[in-house]
Amino acid sequence: MAELSNQLMALTVLAYLAAMVCYAGEYAFGRRSHIGRAALVGAGAPVPDLKGAPERDRGELVGRIGVALNLIALALHLATTVTRGIAAERMPWGNMYEYILSTTLIGSAVWAGVLLRRPAVRHLGLFASLTLVVLLGAAALVAYTPVGPLVPALNSYWYVIHVSTIIISSGILLVGVVPAAMFLIKNGWDTGKRGFPYTLGKRVGDAGTLERLTFRLHAFAFPLFTFGALIAGPLWAEASWGRYWGWDPKEVWAFISWIVYAAYLHARATPSVRRTTATWIAVVGFVTMLMNLFGVNLFFEGLHSYA
Amino acid sequence: MTVVEDRPATAGAPPPGRGNPLWALLRNSWRQLTSMRTALILLFLLAVAAVPGSIFPQRSVNRENVAEYFAAHPKLAPAIDRLFAFDVYASPWFAAIYLLLFTSLVGCVLPRLRDHVRALRTVPPDAPKRLDRLPQHAPAAERPEEPAAVAAEIAKTLRRRRWRTRLRETPDGWTVAAEKGYLKETGNLLFHFAMLAVLVGVGFGHWYGWHANRLLVEGADQGFCSAVTQFDESVLGPRVDASDLPDFCVRMTDFESTFQSSGIPKSFEATVEVSENGGDYRPDRFTVNDPLRLDGANINLIGQGYAPVLRYTDRYGVSQTKVVPFLPGDLNMTSEGVVQFPDVNLDPATGARDPKLQMGFEGVFLPTGGTDGSATSQFPAADNPVLYIAAYRGDLGLDVGKPSSVYALNREQIADGDLKKISGERPYVLRPGEKWTLDDGSTLEFAGIRRFATISIRHDPTQFLMLIGAVLGLAGLMLSLFTHRRRVWFRVASAEGGSVTEAGGLPRTDYPGFGDEFAALTRHIKEGTP
Ligand code: HEM
Repeated sequence: MAELSNQLMALTVLAYLAAMVCYAGEYAFGRRSHIGRAALVGAGAPVPDLKGAPERDRGELVGRIGVALNLIALALHLATTVTRGIAAERMPWGNMYEYILSTTLIGSAVWAGVLLRRPAVRHLGLFASLTLVVLLGAAALVAYTPVGPLVPALNSYWYVIHVSTIIISSGILLVGVVPAAMFLIKNGWDTGKRGFPYTLGKRVGDAGTLERLTFRLHAFAFPLFTFGALIAGPLWAEASWGRYWGWDPKEVWAFISWIVYAAYLHARATPSVRRTTATWIAVVGFVTMLMNLFGVNLFFEGLHSYA
Repeated sequence: MTVVEDRPATAGAPPPGRGNPLWALLRNSWRQLTSMRTALILLFLLAVAAVPGSIFPQRSVNRENVAEYFAAHPKLAPAIDRLFAFDVYASPWFAAIYLLLFTSLVGCVLPRLRDHVRALRTVPPDAPKRLDRLPQHAPAAERPEEPAAVAAEIAKTLRRRRWRTRLRETPDGWTVAAEKGYLKETGNLLFHFAMLAVLVGVGFGHWYGWHANRLLVEGADQGFCSAVTQFDESVLGPRVDASDLPDFCVRMTDFESTFQSSGIPKSFEATVEVSENGGDYRPDRFTVNDPLRLDGANINLIGQGYAPVLRYTDRYGVSQTKVVPFLPGDLNMTSEGVVQFPDVNLDPATGARDPKLQMGFEGVFLPTGGTDGSATSQFPAADNPVLYIAAYRGDLGLDVGKPSSVYALNREQIADGDLKKISGERPYVLRPGEKWTLDDGSTLEFAGIRRFATISIRHDPTQFLMLIGAVLGLAGLMLSLFTHRRRVWFRVASAEGGSVTEAGGLPRTDYPGFGDEFAALTRHIKEGTP
């Protein structure tokens, strides 16, 4: 079973990679008309029938293949994670490799959900799949751990509550950076910036839609992250280590991420702060999340036994 | 600051402030401090200020790591120590940021509380002149009923849907004004007040809490009672006196551990006897994730290890037995430790101690020794316990008054030749029950093995309040993020066949779903269904 999981993992990365290539292909061949429609869809206007559209050009086709591959990759990703859990006879988040596997699974599922509900965001597919390939690749190369049972420190019902909420919320927050970055790029393009990376904004949907999507993903994930990291985490720490908060490196970085995302929500809610400024804060939040996911495990020594 | 704001003082400002530059400066600073921009900057500063605490070892987390850092960076460490790099979260600059944020928060939240209470008591304002200018608008629709009846029915519908509703009669008909979503601001205030409570709670917890560590070896002779002198290490809050500690005694009767075949631990469990407030000893147990909760303190299992029992019989036949915890160094519990016998080989006639005849032993304990004779353990359980040990004789250097490790012999004494190794190059191998006879006829016996647990003992009086604060804060946060303040107005005028009704809606915050809600509302009202 563990062997199967590893093979599925390789297939998953390949499938995301293939989806990425297709998205990139569509990017290169896509037609302008398509973009106009995408903007309409994104803005919630009546949807012109995408399927029956006559101008079904090559770019469109490649894009659809990309979506299909993306969904296949998601299914493989799910299978990888489930078989891993079965092999270990527990929830698949007992070490850093499994943790990244689960977090990216949630991120990918959220991305697929957004993709199916609003086909217009397909243009972000290149970036979403790139992020997934990089994170999963890093998990497989840097963090791989053979299947093993849980150490006693993790043997607690808080293991399920704390880690699952953090995995779900950080998965969503990680995905949130895709519309955030695309909004910044698109906004730059719209305001006349023509250098790289703003040229990427040429084909992307409406900036306002991207910004709203960014906010909604973050607003949804933030309370969940608050619960997982700042309520369930301390409750477990109290039972396990005797103190609810002790500035362990993981705790420090969860605190930092939380503060940064709180700053994002503040900035977003303040009319005098420009939306681009607010969104930059969300991007900073993403960087702190990455630091928490990888950096803390690799650089610092702490009580969290994932390292 | 020479430019002083010259606005007329607000109604609430005390008269003496007018024109006084100092007062104006203060007022300006206060306004600055409580502005959103400042709050954002302070939030960022707090995040940045927390970073060094994860880079440098912290005294509050692990003292030994700090000592190691000092040893590794003898120049840098004292310099950054002056900047509180090893006490980031207790540093003045960290406190400065969080106190400023605290003040900013108070300054921000109190006026908003006042405004919100006011808003809760005011009625929804009358409809604007042109409803078609609002973000949502439903054009006039005709109904056969009289305006008064239609308006009353609209108001009833809105009230049933928990809108705060106000009916007004106008010269040419009626208007219904309604507002909903006050919970957003209530939630937001709840959240921020909860934040304040948590910040205050941290302070009180620090003042009135205490914690300690202790290494607890199996056996009734190895128990302890709660007293600063019986802890290995303790930190009492500034408002806690040694006499405030609760009264309890604990002794460990058994410690069980099980392991996977790979050596990864599966379970730990400590069985203890506890006496509280002078009562009888009662049995209890605790494990990882399941602390022993006593009156006024919790005991958590933090670590574990082996303590060989060693009996030394000196050249005059006098025996001493010591239970010596060895510190585990790897997953398979290869453990190092020393046992020192300063008061042996006393002159039988005078009872005087000869400092040249003190004994020290330094060793490595393997719970499962291998067949190849290597000094690393093969498995963490005590399946084939072996002790590799070397003997030293001479002055242990314990009297100099310098603090020394209990896990290593005094290196200086060895370097100076005052403490000499009397066993050969290779350490002696002892198994439980075996006895080693030294050159002077004295013996060291490996009398047995006991388990030890490292425990943390802690009391934090505000812990529970913090939990409540955090949960309320989360509830407030969700209300504030997921509810929306919005207003709707209906204008009902009389017309030939009865009345015409026009409606408009205004979301007061970004609310993508408002269009749907407004449409549903006007549809119901147009159709006359409640
Ligand atoms: C301990 C520091 C603080 C934290 C962690 C914090 C956190 C938050 C969070 C997470 C929100 C989002 C809820 C929402 O969007 O409605 C929020 C909203 C808000 N905060 Fe704070 N806050 C802090 C300090 C402050 C301070 C000092 C001020 C005043 C300058 C302030 C003013 C506001 C306002 C006005 C909103 C409402 C935004 C809206 O209208 O939706 N906060 N805060």
